[in-house]
Amino acid sequence: MAKKVFEKGKMVPVPSHSIIPERDLYKSPILECSHLGIDFGGLAAVKDFNITVGRTEIAGLIGPNGAGKTTVFNLLTKVYHPTRGTILVDGMDTAGKTPAQVNRMGIARTFQNIRLFNNLSVEDNVKIGLHNQTRYNALSGILRLPNYWKQEKMAHESAMELLSIFDMQDLAGHKAGSLPYGAQRRLEIVRALATNPSLLLLDEPAAGMNPSETVELMENIVKIRDTFHIAIMLIEHDMNLVMGICEGICVLNFGQIIAKGTAEEIQNNPVVIEAYLGKQKEG
Amino acid sequence: MTEFLNYLISGISLGSVYAIIALGYTMVYGIAKMLNFAHGDVIMVGGYVSFCAVFYLDLPGWLATILAIIVCTVLGVVIEGLAYKPLRQAGTLAVLITAIGVSYFLQNAAQLIWGTSTKSYASVMPGNLSLGGVTIPYISILTIAACLIIMVVLTQFINRSKLGKAMRACSEDKGAAQLMGIHVNRTISMTFAIGSALAAIAGVLLCSSYTTLNPTTGSMPGIKAFTAAVFGGIGSIPGAFLGGILLGVIESMAKAYLSSALANSIVFAVLIIVLLVRPAGLLGKYVPEKV
Repeated sequence: MAKKVFEKGKMVPVPSHSIIPERDLYKSPILECSHLGIDFGGLAAVKDFNITVGRTEIAGLIGPNGAGKTTVFNLLTKVYHPTRGTILVDGMDTAGKTPAQVNRMGIARTFQNIRLFNNLSVEDNVKIGLHNQTRYNALSGILRLPNYWKQEKMAHESAMELLSIFDMQDLAGHKAGSLPYGAQRRLEIVRALATNPSLLLLDEPAAGMNPSETVELMENIVKIRDTFHIAIMLIEHDMNLVMGICEGICVLNFGQIIAKGTAEEIQNNPVVIEAYLGKQKEG
Repeated sequence: MTEFLNYLISGISLGSVYAIIALGYTMVYGIAKMLNFAHGDVIMVGGYVSFCAVFYLDLPGWLATILAIIVCTVLGVVIEGLAYKPLRQAGTLAVLITAIGVSYFLQNAAQLIWGTSTKSYASVMPGNLSLGGVTIPYISILTIAACLIIMVVLTQFINRSKLGKAMRACSEDKGAAQLMGIHVNRTISMTFAIGSALAAIAGVLLCSSYTTLNPTTGSMPGIKAFTAAVFGGIGSIPGAFLGGILLGVIESMAKAYLSSALANSIVFAVLIIVLLVRPAGLLGKYVPEKV
């Protein structure tokens, strides 16, 4: 298998299936959260969460275990409904929307603990992501009308093209559950990309990967951003990854943002160091 | 020999009805993870609707069947929306008890509307086909053919269509499916619609074979079809088909050669033995819990 070489700074051409509509890349932020918060039975799991993510930004969300990072993702994707605050996706309020509707508005995600459709083939997993874009009715599916073949062919090509990001075309026929761990993580990203998002949320994409796999993943995350012109927000504990590719980093502790800034600013921020390592003794 | 063939054909025909009903059970279980005990009573409603269409409106059999399918489909979606959807987050027991409640509600509503007396149902396809000494009622041929067609169409639908894929995704992980842009509630509604449409077809075929109809007509075939679904492996479509046919044949043979009074007991005894040997049913997958 030929390894794809990622050239930094060079734009990879947009894939031919072109499921991504033209976007105004720099006009307005893709995601704006203001005063976002959620209580679980009196405990404020996330409070006063304010963040803005640009159209093609790679943003990192870090913090110690239990800080509320995944809760933020769950709020953004409407798995939880916020107690307070607003979330604007592409300028539109997501209040009262279901997870499926938010997905169609442009947010896709992966999961900390992999949640693939294990008994479906790799290709079908991706095709379920493509669900919104394939247009044929059930009757033409059963009777295999020409429209079905046309749409299926398009879906197949799109699926293969997306799988090619991670060199996974050869695995298309395998059951998702039978893939090795790293490949399952990559497939989750592909499946999320298939829903044509403008903001991709990655929940610990490098968890369980070895250093060389992590480096490859970093390259791929940047490549995905450059290919699809989308924003990516990721939760990660691997600081090399976060500091290496995130343009903006947000540090969460006990459900509150304690610092925001670039990698350098975060690394030198005493509040962040205290949250991770504890307070240094006087003297 | 001809006697045996007659019993075999009537068994396969009965089994085909069970299989069609079992498909409804198994699809709803596979996707919504609930046992819809009201499914049997939807069959009865299908029977009554087609009965009224023929008896009062003088419609031909096929039109009466289509009418029954439409009414039952709507009924299934309404039941799901009113009784089960609000309980989506509740425990399985709450939903199970609700389903039993809906079952009694439908039976009693039918008693109110159509009375408790048994109606005599005119078969939508009367007459027999004689082949040598074997007499096959046309309705048996129709039933078996309907079952095979439904089976093929449904398998294609589940494996090939977009909605079918959405259904399989929901059956594996509703949360993840939702976050991939699939409307889970709509998908579950569609599952109930399909299951209820199948129940309507089963109702017409069942009443045509037995030519009687009363408000509890659906409950025994409903329970037996549920048994068939478990027998074949609940959640599995080929399993429901296999389970249904086997159950019908076993029941028919037991009636013919052992004892007609004990036929039901024999059917359930076979079920118990199969489940002792294969706890997940004939075609069900036994998935060991990961620890």
